[in-house]
Amino acid sequence: MKPAAFVYHGARSIDEAVALLASHGDDAKLLAGGQSLVPMMNMRLAQPRHVIDINNIAQGDAIALDGDRLVLGALVRHEAVARSALVRTRCPILAAAAASIGHYAIRTRGTLGGSLAHADPAAQLPLIMTLLDAALEARSVRGSRMVGAAQFFTGVFATALAPDELLTTVQVPCLPTGAGWGFRLMSRRVGDFAIAAAAATVTLDTDGGIDTVRAALGGVEATPVSLGGLGAAQRGHSPDRAWSAALAKSFVAARQPLDDPRVPAVYRRELAEVLLTRALDDAVVRARGGSP
Amino acid sequence: MTEATEIALTVNGEVHRVTVPPRKLLSDVLRDDLGLTGTHVGCEHGTCGACTIWVDGAPTRACLIFAVQMAGHALTTIEAFAGDPLTPLQQALHELHGLQCGFCTPGIVMTVEAWLKDNPDPSEAEIRDVLSGNLCRCTGYHNIVRAVAAAARRMRPAVGA
Repeated sequence: MKPAAFVYHGARSIDEAVALLASHGDDAKLLAGGQSLVPMMNMRLAQPRHVIDINNIAQGDAIALDGDRLVLGALVRHEAVARSALVRTRCPILAAAAASIGHYAIRTRGTLGGSLAHADPAAQLPLIMTLLDAALEARSVRGSRMVGAAQFFTGVFATALAPDELLTTVQVPCLPTGAGWGFRLMSRRVGDFAIAAAAATVTLDTDGGIDTVRAALGGVEATPVSLGGLGAAQRGHSPDRAWSAALAKSFVAARQPLDDPRVPAVYRRELAEVLLTRALDDAVVRARGGSP
Repeated sequence: MTEATEIALTVNGEVHRVTVPPRKLLSDVLRDDLGLTGTHVGCEHGTCGACTIWVDGAPTRACLIFAVQMAGHALTTIEAFAGDPLTPLQQALHELHGLQCGFCTPGIVMTVEAWLKDNPDPSEAEIRDVLSGNLCRCTGYHNIVRAVAAAARRMRPAVGA
C-alpha cells in the first residue's frame, strides 16, 4: 500500500498552481485534503506523475459573506464549514451536510473544492451546490470563469473543469429568511459515502401554503439532480404529508437510477423517494419554526 | 523531483531534518525515519484511524499525507502524551478497560484529546459518532465510550461548586 513515485510541487499561490497545471496538465493531479486522492494513490488506482500540493495557498480557506451569498475558498475544510457561525446562520443546510461527511479526522483535512472536483455522485457537497444553484469559479492561465453547479457536474467523477483549471472559490446563495431545510442521507456505515441523499428547502406564504420549494437528489443518477421547474408548480399547495410524498414520488419516477449489483436501481429508487419525502417534511417543520 | 529531498519536520516541538522521497507517507517517516513508533499503521487508506496524529492541532490521518507536505507545519504525535501522570482521557481508558491489545489506542487518544477541546460536554451519541472514525477490533467500543464520557466529566470545571 505505497504510492508510486511522483514529482512533488508545492504551490504557494493560485498563479503558481495554475502555471504548474498549464505545464503538466493531464500528467498532474492537484492535491488538496487528499482524503480521496491519497487512498487511491496508496492503492495505486491513481498514479499521477506530478502532484501539485495546493494546501499552502494563502487565503485559500476563507469564508466570507458577500451580500446574500457565502463565498468559500476551495480549501475550506469540511469541519470549518460545519462549525462556521456564518455558515450555520446563513446556510444551515450546508453546515449540516458538511458535518455528515466521513469522520471527524477526515473532515478536518478534506476540502470543499476537493469534494466538488472529485464529484462522487453520492457526495454531500455536490448535492448541496446543485440544490442551491451555487456558482463555482475555475481559474487557469487562460483566465477565470464561473460555472453553475448544474453545468459543473457532468458524470460519475467527471466535471466541467479542463485539465489546466483549478477550482478556486464557490459562491453559495444563503437560504432566504424563514426558509426551512431538510437533509437526509443513507449509508450502510457511518462515514461511508451515501447510497443516496436528499436535500430540500421550503418557504411558506402567509397562509402557510408553499411559496417556494427546492429539492435535489444525490447518489441516484451519475450527477446530483435538482427539482428545477417542478418546484414552481408547487406554489400554494398545502404542505402536508400527502403533498411531500406525492412530490417525491413524481420527481423520483422521472429519474433513471444507477444500477449495480450491490444497490439495484429499484432499491435506489425506493430509497430516494423515502429520503426526499422526509427531507421535504423536515424542511416544512423548520419553515414553521419547529425542529424535526 | 521524485528523488529524496531534505525537509525539516517539526514534531512535538522538536525540529528533525530528514531526507525522504515525495511518495513516502508521513506515517512511515514518523516510524521509520524518526523512530516514533507510537503512530500505528493499520489500513493505509484512511479507514481505520490508527495513524491519527495532529497537523497544526487538527487530528489527521498520517497515512493520507506525504511527509514532504509538512514543512512549516507543527505535528503532534502520541509521544507528546507519554508523560506522567496520564491525561484524564488516558487514565479513564486505563481504569475502564477502554483497550485490550492497544493497537488502535494511540489513534483514539489523538482523535478524542482534540475533539474534547471543542466538545467538552458530549452526549453518548456524539461520542459514538466521533469514535466511528477509529476501528477497534477488541473492545466492542462500550468501554471506550464510557471512558470518553468519564474523561469529559472529569475535565469539565465543576459548575456552581
